[in-house]
Amino acid sequence: MAVTETEVDVRSVPLLKRLTEPKVIIGLFVAMWVPLMLYVMFGKYIGNAKDIMLLPAYPATVILYILGVRAFRESWVAVLGLTLVFFWIFMAVTAPYLPLLDPNKPIAPFTVPFTEKRDIFFWLGTDFKGRDMLSRTIWGCQRVLVWGVTATAVAYVVGTAFGLIAGYLSGWWDEIISFLGNVLLSFPVMVLFIVILNYLGPSGFNIVIAVTFASAPAIMRIVRGLALDIKTRDYVFAAQTRGESAFWIMVVELLPNVRGPIIVDACLRLGYTTVAITTLTFLGLGLQPPDPDWGLMIKESAGTAMLWKFSYMLIVPALSVSSLILGFNLLADGLREMSLRD
Amino acid sequence: MTEQTPVLECRNLSISYYTRAGEIPAVVDFNLRLMPGEAHGIVGESGCGKSTVALAIMQYMGKNGAIVGGEIFFEGRDMRTMSEEELRQIRGSKISMVYQEPMASLNPAMLIGEQLAEVPIYHESISRDEAMERAKQILANVRLPDPQRIMDSYPHQISGGQQQRVVIAMALLSNPKLLLLDEPTTALDVTVEAGIVDLIKDIAQEFGTSMIYISHNLGLILETCDRITVMYSGEAVEVGDVVDVFNEMRHPYTRGLFSSIPVPGADKNARPLIAIPGQLPLPHERPVGCYFGPRCTYFDEPRCDKRPLPMEEVDEGSLHFARCVKFREIDWDAAKPKPIEREEVLPGDYVLRVEDMTKHYEIEESGLFVLGGEKKTVKANEKINFRAREAETVAIVGESGCGKSTFAKVLMGLEDATDGDVLLGNLDLSQLPVEKRDAETIGKLQMVFQNPFDTLNPSHSIGGQIGRVIRKFGVEKDKEKVEQRVHELLDIVKLPRDFAKRRPRQLSGGQKQRVGIARAFAGNPSVVIADEPVSALDVSVQAAVTDLLMDIQREHRTTLLFISHDLSVVRYLADRIVVMYLGQIMEKGSTDEIFAPPYHPYTEALLSAVPIADTSVEKRHIVLTGELPSPSNPPKGCPFCTRCQYVIEGTCDITPPPVREMGERHFIACHLSEDTLRDMKPVITVEETAPA
Repeated sequence: MAVTETEVDVRSVPLLKRLTEPKVIIGLFVAMWVPLMLYVMFGKYIGNAKDIMLLPAYPATVILYILGVRAFRESWVAVLGLTLVFFWIFMAVTAPYLPLLDPNKPIAPFTVPFTEKRDIFFWLGTDFKGRDMLSRTIWGCQRVLVWGVTATAVAYVVGTAFGLIAGYLSGWWDEIISFLGNVLLSFPVMVLFIVILNYLGPSGFNIVIAVTFASAPAIMRIVRGLALDIKTRDYVFAAQTRGESAFWIMVVELLPNVRGPIIVDACLRLGYTTVAITTLTFLGLGLQPPDPDWGLMIKESAGTAMLWKFSYMLIVPALSVSSLILGFNLLADGLREMSLRD
Repeated sequence: MTEQTPVLECRNLSISYYTRAGEIPAVVDFNLRLMPGEAHGIVGESGCGKSTVALAIMQYMGKNGAIVGGEIFFEGRDMRTMSEEELRQIRGSKISMVYQEPMASLNPAMLIGEQLAEVPIYHESISRDEAMERAKQILANVRLPDPQRIMDSYPHQISGGQQQRVVIAMALLSNPKLLLLDEPTTALDVTVEAGIVDLIKDIAQEFGTSMIYISHNLGLILETCDRITVMYSGEAVEVGDVVDVFNEMRHPYTRGLFSSIPVPGADKNARPLIAIPGQLPLPHERPVGCYFGPRCTYFDEPRCDKRPLPMEEVDEGSLHFARCVKFREIDWDAAKPKPIEREEVLPGDYVLRVEDMTKHYEIEESGLFVLGGEKKTVKANEKINFRAREAETVAIVGESGCGKSTFAKVLMGLEDATDGDVLLGNLDLSQLPVEKRDAETIGKLQMVFQNPFDTLNPSHSIGGQIGRVIRKFGVEKDKEKVEQRVHELLDIVKLPRDFAKRRPRQLSGGQKQRVGIARAFAGNPSVVIADEPVSALDVSVQAAVTDLLMDIQREHRTTLLFISHDLSVVRYLADRIVVMYLGQIMEKGSTDEIFAPPYHPYTEALLSAVPIADTSVEKRHIVLTGELPSPSNPPKGCPFCTRCQYVIEGTCDITPPPVREMGERHFIACHLSEDTLRDMKPVITVEETAPA
């Protein structure tokens, strides 16, 4: 559907307001996300070019954060969530340019935080192999963020598509899709993950597949319910009576109207997915060593962290994961609160 | 008036809601004096604060509402000084309330008998058996047949009309002094509504209960109340005895309200309705002076935009008040605005012919066991026959479940007809689903929907939605031309052009309905089906939308199929009427033939049931008993035989009625002999008093 262009005198509108147009925001999101995603997923194939690739993401992140704070300023919960999430995104895109030690280079094992060893001051200490914890924590957030968001997004695309089909077309489509969804939902999530990843082998893309299998049925149910409600509305009836195809109705009439509850649910589910990915890595089924990753850090330090003195090895990555998930959840809360107000 | 204490007295009551945007005054300076046994009507459009008054009387304001000024006295005691505990004792025993939605007022998980018994057990601490006995008695008092069966049912097992009777029974159980009725019949069908209204009137007489009756329907107020308060935007604008206010209204808004509702005598050509211009101001955008000022034709700059604006007595001691500084100067007899007469439109050739159209649904009755499935047929439409000419308005009248929507679905191609033909020009549409129709045919047959809040997709702009229809029907393809056509259509429905860029949520109900009409007329249709297009709108907006529809029809010579349950509107705008009951046509003919005898017994009951806001109208009183039969199990003979007062045992319930031709194109499907039908007396008679 063509959205008629609004002709505004460009000079009279303040800069920040001009940036809130949907096209600009989508553009900023792309500028922030695509480089980061390419960097993490395909970094090893890109070679030297990868170091300059993240440059556009850096200003995009800052601008998006400012816009976000402006939009959510009425809910401090949402602003706090946004700040936590964007802190980690910012860390992820700036990691290559920060003066950090090589995260994989063993320097001085078992250095306690805030101490100096071999003329280097370790803010967060080193792990049992002597690798810098600060550097590993900051680099590690890249993988968790990128794979978590990607996996959730894919699960949403699949779940929403099936939900719309089941809800709008009903009949046998609904019966079959709902039945398959119920079968998948009846597995304990961890069992499903372990089965899929054992079968496909541990890698980032397989995590995406596993998360999709585990999350899509639940998303499908939400969307299906919303679609069942919306399809009785007169505007859908109007579209039917002017001979629109089922595909068009699902994409143009239904999809935009299910987005509200879905966006809130997506923020919550990002939290679950982050937990799931960290857990999988902890179990040795996710991303493989030696590259830094929070789940991996927890796993590797689990043995040594039993000693009270070295518990920081566990606490640092664990707190990182928690703060990210808390950020997503608070963001979801804030969004819901704001959607209720209007 | 004797020296009685009023049951309820509101003095200068002001109520506000507190929102993020600040304090919003919902009701300002509201006065009410309700004597024992009196019925007081509060009438007004949505958002005028009438329900807020009811909630304030119950002291049920919620967290963000508060009484900011004035007093409420219940039996001489100020309710604002009562404790929470005292209020709890009063609510439900001395003051009862009946809400609009009966299903929402009953607990779906409790048997009706137990819900009823709870009231006296809680308030009077009587034994369970005694309470049950009382409950049974009260159910008989609200004239529910077989009270014991109702007592042993769950709310969903009885019909909407019965549910509302149960709610009223519950409200009456503790013998309240004051009964608050908030739109108690709005969710019900007209013939069911007539029964409830009848019951409410009897209650007032039998029990001597005082009542406050809140409604948007002036006709209902006339039938039930002694006194009336007309509210506008949070203010009472006129108070008085019902007859005084109806015959000698002294506020321009009341006048506007009465001119915009169709009463007998209104005619779309000779005496069209006059809509109130503009729309209700939002509570925080009210003008400084008279709230009605911007919409009032008598608005006078230096006087009307000032406060205070007190209620003034019309005549000394008449107890008739109006809140208008100019009411003494307006010549109320001569000032009746002269409507513009319109030329009659002559109908052309037949455009739509429906011949023996039948639609049956097969439902599989799946029992507890998979194999026990038994097929049942729901006869949604049975041999529908009628023709519509170019530029003609054909109204299809009937209550819920009469098959109106199914008929529209078949016409629009969403369902195939089981049998018979539907001819648009020469093309048979009955077996032609919408996917197989070409763009031109689809564009020729369009629909205007009932619910303005549902008719537009909230996610897309107005221009985008109309533009899509234009492109889809191939009227225009070029981007600029489409935009131009969108603007033309907005002009036709009298909306500003920049609405094309707006989103539906920025529009009011009436404006949305106008966009819906623009959308239907995008493909230059020859037939438009309007499914209750105004029933969800406020009275003052209804007239404007109805007139708009008529104007466009006149200009484009479109055939209009107007589906409605409201006979007043139908009488006003239709040329021909088809009366349907349980999927069958009971009577069809021209509007004059339908509204004058001979009647079909169902038409007669329907006419009697419609409340008319005109004191000069005498109505013969016919109240239908019984409930609408289920369409899956209709009576064998005449579908109406279960509720008909003329039923002939042994004939009506066994054989389907013959279709009698009572005049040219006037048909009645009834067993009664032609002479009996012709002997019927008119239901509505307009008293010939002083000519207006």
